[in-house]
Amino acid sequence: MTALIELDGVSKHYGHIKALEGVSLEVSAGEITCVLGDNGAGKSTLIKIIAGLHRHDAGTFRIEGEETELANPRAALDRGIATVYQDLAVVPLMPVWRNFFLGSEPTLGRGPFRRLDVARMRDTTRSELLRMGIDLRDVDQPIGTLSGGERQCVAIARAVYFGARVLVLDEPTAALGVKQSGVVLKYVAAARDAGLGVVLITHNPHHAHLVGDRFVLLKRGAMAGSHTRDSITLDELTRQMAGGSELEELSHELARVAESDERPDRDRDGH
Amino acid sequence: MTAGAPAARDERLLPVSSLKRLLTRPELGAVVGAAAVFVFFSFAADSFLRASSLSTVLYSASTIGIMAVPVALLMIGGEFDLSAGVMVTSSALISSMFSYQMTANVWVGVGVSLLATLAFGLFNGFMLTRTKLPSFIITLGTFLMLTGLNLGFTKLISGTVSTKAIGDMEGFPSARALFASQWTVGSVTLKVTILWWLALVALATWILLRTRAGNWIFAVGGGADAARAVGVPVVKTRIGLYAGVALCAWISGQHILFSYDVVQSGEGVGNEFLYIIAAVIGGCLMTGGYGSAIGSAVGAFIFGMTSNGIVYAQWNPDWFKFFLGAMLLLATLLNAWVRKRAEATA
Repeated sequence: MTALIELDGVSKHYGHIKALEGVSLEVSAGEITCVLGDNGAGKSTLIKIIAGLHRHDAGTFRIEGEETELANPRAALDRGIATVYQDLAVVPLMPVWRNFFLGSEPTLGRGPFRRLDVARMRDTTRSELLRMGIDLRDVDQPIGTLSGGERQCVAIARAVYFGARVLVLDEPTAALGVKQSGVVLKYVAAARDAGLGVVLITHNPHHAHLVGDRFVLLKRGAMAGSHTRDSITLDELTRQMAGGSELEELSHELARVAESDERPDRDRDGH
Repeated sequence: MTAGAPAARDERLLPVSSLKRLLTRPELGAVVGAAAVFVFFSFAADSFLRASSLSTVLYSASTIGIMAVPVALLMIGGEFDLSAGVMVTSSALISSMFSYQMTANVWVGVGVSLLATLAFGLFNGFMLTRTKLPSFIITLGTFLMLTGLNLGFTKLISGTVSTKAIGDMEGFPSARALFASQWTVGSVTLKVTILWWLALVALATWILLRTRAGNWIFAVGGGADAARAVGVPVVKTRIGLYAGVALCAWISGQHILFSYDVVQSGEGVGNEFLYIIAAVIGGCLMTGGYGSAIGSAVGAFIFGMTSNGIVYAQWNPDWFKFFLGAMLLLATLLNAWVRKRAEATA
């Protein structure tokens, strides 16, 4: 089976800055490919290439085996690639059902009597969310009143409903608590089970390892590793992700600081 | 409006939600305020409750209300138009002077005025979307330019600050019937602007709540970047909103021309704030994305009651602006409070 999306040695330069250098990645239907990397590793640039916001400078980008250059985000959408950004592209003050269909509203009637098919919009929103396992209290509430996890799920459900075959998720769990992250990961898995290919961008190896089938590690714009699920353990993934030896060095340094300071309770949460 | 009885009610929805739902309506604050103002003047001014007084109130509400409707839509779309007040005068002046100078049927002037006024609106819209400067600055510029053009051209052409009377010209009676007629029902005189006003409120409400364009207006005001990302034509929506303001400025301008026959070139300055006040009292958020056309009508009605109620109560009308300002503050505070209460997740 050909992969839905296949990047082979893709590079992107901004002026004389190499943002991305020789990155390869593959997404198949019903699979989750995780892209892991620290801040500045090139994750955003990679997303922008897949989403059609930027064009790559070198390497090949194939969609279902066919070499492609996406001209704009619309072109990506037309090829079935939907991207859910961190800001989710929702309008907080608008009701959930209006947000769900924003930009692609179904209508009834013609000419001056052309109107929104409100009943269908509400029902579809409710049933599509339910299908993803999201039982919303009220589709009329402003989407800004939903929790971060619920909003993320609405954005995912919207992409799935509008015919996405590849879902690109930009740090869907970055701003969420443990429980909310779990909820979102469940919906990511639900999208995978529905037969979509998923690109999950994250800097959290724990979340990635929970759902991922393939793992691509980025570091300073270059590939630092590519693994399948059965070829890498969580510990190894975490170690590579954090930069292996760098992390060990850091832990030594921190240990020394703690000893000399004798203030053991300064421990802050930091994955 | 309910889409059929919900088959399975969610047990997590509190039974008080219908009251809460009412509280989330953007108009609520304005309706409460309007009731308060009404009761107040009913006691403060004996003549306020007479039918003739109420028709006067309705008339002055309608003159503000016709413009408050598109201004409210524009504010929901996240923008301002400070040129709306003088644009009304420009529209009346163009219509009058074109007909007079060309000795044409006044309908020709009315048509030319429509095109010219729409051009002003499109200018605002294009400047805003092209330069991406704040609408406050762009329309402040248009406001000043139109103020200067109104006075300059009128003096240049007719030698004074007002236009020549066109009451005896061809087409005047029929144009007057459309824009400035009135009927008497018993002792009450009702002006046609009230009909224009109600029709515009109905049309704007339909657009806002039941069309794609309405969805886009809310989206452009509530989150332009998000709207663009999901394919909403943000630029077209904004330009359309400015064209809507211009269209209503044309209606208002023709009303002024055909009810007074002559147009004072300095009129209209400051009215843009009355429109904005009516929209804000009616529940429009200054930051966009929230509000209603019906709210703007209630806001205009409050304006009509206050401006005339002070006269009926035989107070010095010098105090009017103070009341208007106090009411604006109160309404805005009430709106903010109501929305916070209503949107707080239980």
